[in-house]
Amino acid sequence: MIAQRAGTTALRRAAGGPNTFFTANVARLGLASPMSTTQTRLVATQKLTPTDGDAILAQQRLRRPVSPHLEIYDKMQTYFGGSAWQRITGAGFSGALYVFGASYLAAPLLGWHLESASLAAAFGALPFAVKAGAKFVLAWPFVFHAINGVRHLTYDFAVGFQRRTIVQGGWYIWGASIVGGLYLAFFV
Amino acid sequence: MAALRSTPFRVLGSARPSLRLAAAAPVRGFAQLADGATKSLHASEGNERLKTFQIYRWNPDQPTEKPRMQSYTLDLDKTGPMVLDALIRIKNELDPTVTFRRSCREGICGSCAMNINGTNTLACLCRIPTETNADLKIYPLPHTYVVKDLVPDLTQFYKQYKSIKPYLQRDTPSPDGKEYRQSKADRKKLDGLYECILCACCSTSCPSYWWNSEEYLGPAILLQSYRWLVDSRDERHEQRKDALNNSMSLYRCHTILNCTRTCPKGLNPGLAIAEIKKEMSF
Repeated sequence: MIAQRAGTTALRRAAGGPNTFFTANVARLGLASPMSTTQTRLVATQKLTPTDGDAILAQQRLRRPVSPHLEIYDKMQTYFGGSAWQRITGAGFSGALYVFGASYLAAPLLGWHLESASLAAAFGALPFAVKAGAKFVLAWPFVFHAINGVRHLTYDFAVGFQRRTIVQGGWYIWGASIVGGLYLAFFV
Repeated sequence: MAALRSTPFRVLGSARPSLRLAAAAPVRGFAQLADGATKSLHASEGNERLKTFQIYRWNPDQPTEKPRMQSYTLDLDKTGPMVLDALIRIKNELDPTVTFRRSCREGICGSCAMNINGTNTLACLCRIPTETNADLKIYPLPHTYVVKDLVPDLTQFYKQYKSIKPYLQRDTPSPDGKEYRQSKADRKKLDGLYECILCACCSTSCPSYWWNSEEYLGPAILLQSYRWLVDSRDERHEQRKDALNNSMSLYRCHTILNCTRTCPKGLNPGLAIAEIKKEMSF
């Protein structure tokens, strides 16, 4: 910075007086930096009403790209975010309940057997891997939704908002829900 | 720091400008543009700590061209510690067409908010990770209209800020005709709120704001709303609450809490929103 000041002082001296300093400085700068890569653009300002301004903005937005979001943001905060999975698991279970309820209602008309006894018998006849997989696929969302649901209830009381708690809590809930899901799948 | 100064200034700074001018020309030669190619400075020397920066580029003068990532390699030993130092050095020495906003370089203006390695932060407060094998990726704030390169269009953000009337509203004059006094406890409620510099890091980290920015106010503006809701001197408390009492303005917050995790000033927009929700329901 000091060297820069010294440079301007030298320029001022060379220019001969403080009045002509600024114009001389600009001219010198122009000479000193023959940059082939400089972009020059003619700028003119004009008065606009807010409506006209909005119209221009809308025109510009048609051409402007939207910056990347989901694909570049930290995965732990997007694809593995607890809030998103709370919604996905909740919607999955509600959807499953509606589908099962509706088919149970329609079963006598269509000749299906959806009673507990026949479902249990059909499930018991499946190979072990399929049984374990199906149980885990149902058990994990249930455990996740339950634990994370408690977390969201604490949020409603404005509790647990420290940055550390949020980050660590996210990991704990993923771990606990997977352990709980495995427990429900294999030991219950 | 000497390396951060642009060549013309160094030329002016020397005692004999005419001599240095001739010497400066080849230095400029390094800055020739060759789009898409990796450019490096001082590549001939050995044992440098070279770090590659991938920067999002889009030029409004060629609007049909797709946005792309451009790589620049710098020697970390000759660069300042922060990402903004690296950006300024790239602009000064490698490619003057790289465009970004910056002003204070100390985290108080909020101009240099951008997405660095997957999270939003201020480039001036973000240290360059020192491991040299991984590239540093720099994008503009997510899900914003890009004006050019790393410059996002924040018109909607500022409009929303205006919509919450971010100023003291009261009718009764102060008892002594001087200032509006408040107790120490009331003043303390504003701590953690007044420090917000509106850099838009939190709002543009929020997936809910990505999908609903037309109507949802987003974390930054809601934190500002709360700042005026808890101000003991403000007399439009109920009107302010009524303005938020709809399905979009406030309740699109699903406590994803990316806002709290990303805030470069260490504030807690998530908590402020939770406090608003609490106040609305009780």
